[in-house]
Amino acid sequence: MNPSRKRTVRLVVALSVAVVLASALIYTSFSAASPALTPSQLLRQAQPGRSYQLTGTVVAGSVHREGSVLDFSVEDRAGGGSEVALAYTGVVPDPFHEGREVIVSVEKQGDRFIGEENSLITKCPSKYKTAPPSENQNS
Amino acid sequence: MDFLIAILTLALLALVVAVVGAPLRRARKLRVAGAAAPEDARQPRSETPAAVAARDTRRRDELEAAREAKYREIRDAELDYRTGKLSREDYQAIDADLRAEAIEILNRLEELSAERGSRPRDA
Amino acid sequence: MAGLGFACLLLALLVCAYGIGASLYGVRTGRVEFSESGRRSVYALAGILTCAFIVLEVAFLGNDFAFNTVADTSSRTTPAFYRAAAVWSSQEGSLLLWAWLMSLWSSLALFLTRKRMRDVAAYATAIMLGFGGFFVALMVFYANPFGTTHPAPAEGAGLDPLLRFPTMMIHPPMLYSGYTLCTIPLAFGMGALLARRVDADWIKAIRRFAFAAWLFLGMGILLGARWSYSELGWGGYWGWDAVENASLMPWLTGTAFLHSLMIQEKRGMLKVWNVSLVLATGTLAIMGTFLVRSGILNSIHAFGGQTLGVPFVCLIAVLIAGSIYLVVSRRDMLRSEHRLDSWLSREAAFMANNLVLVALCFVIFWGTYFPLISEALTGQEASVGPPWFDRYTVPLALILVLLSGIGPVITWRRATLANARRNFLVPIASALTALLILEIAGVTQKPLALVMFCCAAFVFGSIGQEFFRGARARRAMAGEAAPLALLALVRRNRRRYGGYIVHIGIAVLFVGVAASSSFQHASELGLSPGQSTRVGSYDVRYVKPTATITPKYDQEHTGSTLALGAVLDVTKGGRHVTTLYPSEGFYASEEASQGSVGSLIGGQPVSHVALDGGITRDIWAAIEPDVEAPALERIIKTGNSTLPPEDGIVAIAYLAREYLKHPPQAQFHFEVSPLVMWIWLGGFIVLTGALIAIWPAPSAVRARVFARSRARAVRGLARA
Repeated sequence: MNPSRKRTVRLVVALSVAVVLASALIYTSFSAASPALTPSQLLRQAQPGRSYQLTGTVVAGSVHREGSVLDFSVEDRAGGGSEVALAYTGVVPDPFHEGREVIVSVEKQGDRFIGEENSLITKCPSKYKTAPPSENQNS
Repeated sequence: MDFLIAILTLALLALVVAVVGAPLRRARKLRVAGAAAPEDARQPRSETPAAVAARDTRRRDELEAAREAKYREIRDAELDYRTGKLSREDYQAIDADLRAEAIEILNRLEELSAERGSRPRDA
Repeated sequence: MAGLGFACLLLALLVCAYGIGASLYGVRTGRVEFSESGRRSVYALAGILTCAFIVLEVAFLGNDFAFNTVADTSSRTTPAFYRAAAVWSSQEGSLLLWAWLMSLWSSLALFLTRKRMRDVAAYATAIMLGFGGFFVALMVFYANPFGTTHPAPAEGAGLDPLLRFPTMMIHPPMLYSGYTLCTIPLAFGMGALLARRVDADWIKAIRRFAFAAWLFLGMGILLGARWSYSELGWGGYWGWDAVENASLMPWLTGTAFLHSLMIQEKRGMLKVWNVSLVLATGTLAIMGTFLVRSGILNSIHAFGGQTLGVPFVCLIAVLIAGSIYLVVSRRDMLRSEHRLDSWLSREAAFMANNLVLVALCFVIFWGTYFPLISEALTGQEASVGPPWFDRYTVPLALILVLLSGIGPVITWRRATLANARRNFLVPIASALTALLILEIAGVTQKPLALVMFCCAAFVFGSIGQEFFRGARARRAMAGEAAPLALLALVRRNRRRYGGYIVHIGIAVLFVGVAASSSFQHASELGLSPGQSTRVGSYDVRYVKPTATITPKYDQEHTGSTLALGAVLDVTKGGRHVTTLYPSEGFYASEEASQGSVGSLIGGQPVSHVALDGGITRDIWAAIEPDVEAPALERIIKTGNSTLPPEDGIVAIAYLAREYLKHPPQAQFHFEVSPLVMWIWLGGFIVLTGALIAIWPAPSAVRARVFARSRARAVRGLARA
């Protein structure tokens, strides 16, 4: 094979490998991702055994700690009544407080929602104040 | 307070205009001076002493940069050979090439200095 | 004075507009004086923005609460250092910092290239002023740092307690320097393409800036990781958060560029690739800046201002479209001078390194922007978590470390079996030795970590061999004694050996990452005084509670009203190892609904982590005291209803005493992580290597070197 043919072959092989790997990556990302839902959406759509990213505001007066389990409820950011109560174990970020926006991975077990360990993220309340990065851990 | 702010702003504006406009003023002065002598007025813009000098400086800087890079390449190649990253044949071939290129650059630099020396200096 | 600041911004906008016009006019018509004037506009911009920055700093230091930003982020009780740094804790102030740094670096770049590359520099000037003007316009029209309220409030809101750590206040300037430095190569790259002068000159001119950008970004990222680990209550240094990723991506492409640049210099290859990397790095830096302040992704860094999103998207779209157009239309000027001879060669190793880095960048990019992508494609916003990131980045990181050991020792052009044997014997032996030692030590449960350790050993072996052979070569050439030879070797080949030191630093860093993430022992549980627990091979006992009160006008750097904590005794096998004092600080809030006493401690609580760092392991502890225990709540309620507001601190004192007498169970979070220190150590080694690499040789030495090289060049040719 002359050199320029060899080069073309090499280029084609390299590009094909790249495309295959990228496709594998893209495919698995869709199946590994957890959809982001508000409490009202979660109540409508949640199926047991699947992980969801619940986003909303912590309901005032709903926070109770019993030992290592933190119980609290999350409502829609825009208001409107739907509340999801969940039990969470793991690291609780410093900014966590009633009325703050949170993101937490939840799974439906029976008719209760269980928060995944160490998946609680709290957004900072005001316009532009740096807040700690994600509290996710590889647990 | 507002008066003070206005004064400071105007001062800043004046300073900025002075700094940013200096090259324009200089060029206008040169043009005016040049227009006094009729031969220079017929000189094409790219051949004005200022433009030629600028071009020379640019060429000299490029050549000097190329020379630095070439010397570094020669040293690197030798180090590569001595630490086993170049075979003897490859090293000898590359070394000869690089040294020839270096000589070329040095010659061109000398030409440039000779040219500048012989060109009439202008006020 | 706010008027002066805003006037500066307007003046800056004018100067940018003029400068763009003058530079473009100058380069199109060949009238040098206009290009000159354009360059001076950048200097003027730097001067004007410095004035604006000083105005804002003075306002902060002088507690001028008429300024909205001062009132929002500072207070009389905030210590002076944090008041000075609070300038950039707000959206508006951080935009000013960005624009100011951008103008400074641009001025420096133009000053250093003022005698060369007139055409390229003129276009670059226009582009840099474009960026500057963009940010100034954002401030003028959307987020004015000099907005005022009259009458001025008496007291400000105070700096967010989470930011009251020195590391956190240096982090933005460091990171912004990195981001803004990334735009300089972008401007010059586009300038070179526009001026159709894509020879070696422009790349050499911007190499220093690309390197500085890489260094600042890298240090900024490490500082952020260090802050997260040692100050925040979650005990981790990296969470694949969107904003962390946004700063990592330009760093990765920057690293790729620094390497492929060497290939272009040596063999004239990869020109299209290099210019694309430069453009990509700059664009990713702008995207990172945008991500952090647009709130489009669910990150913790919820920097608000939805209004800023649209202008940024427009800028990014222009950058991407412009870059693609320029590269495609000038591609015939970017043809390679040589071709790849073999896939087993140094060129190929460098290319592989580039591919791995770009692949890493792609993975991170995909994962970070996935919520937007999935929403656009499926209508449902979904996100991927750290396990997904780890699955793809860990193998790529392994390959990267391995390549960083292969690159320095593999031969150019074509590696034969003979010289492969010569060059790779020692590195492979090192890796196998490490494998053997680790097997014997029983460190086998985590295969990925094991592979990383062996790859790192490979790197140590290969770099060590390079230093040894280089010193030996120097001794053969100059006859110096061994230590002197080594020193002279590094001094005369700073870039190469500085780079090798950087590789060692990276390997050390990855060893730290692998060890601390694979072999960590962590536990979370509630403890009462007297109880103890086992973490890894250590026993931790909760000895007694602590409570500290610092009244409103305190001199302590934290400024919390009340800090509740614990004394922890850590022992190993009965022997005392260390004592830890974690605590949680409770700050005052402005919410009247909490009552006069409640509001003294109702603000953002901040965890003060206790850390015992060691070369082999870190012991980390955080506490979450139960300040809502019934007894304590009762004290607060009573205080709210019976005490006048100015005496509220008495109730807090009572609360502290009650906490010490009858401490409720507190939640603890413990971690024993091996080799975390190696991460910071590795970073320090990288910094050292980088400084050695960019340190310019003194001109006298350089002149001597040239004279000698010139003589040898002539001799060599005469001989040949």
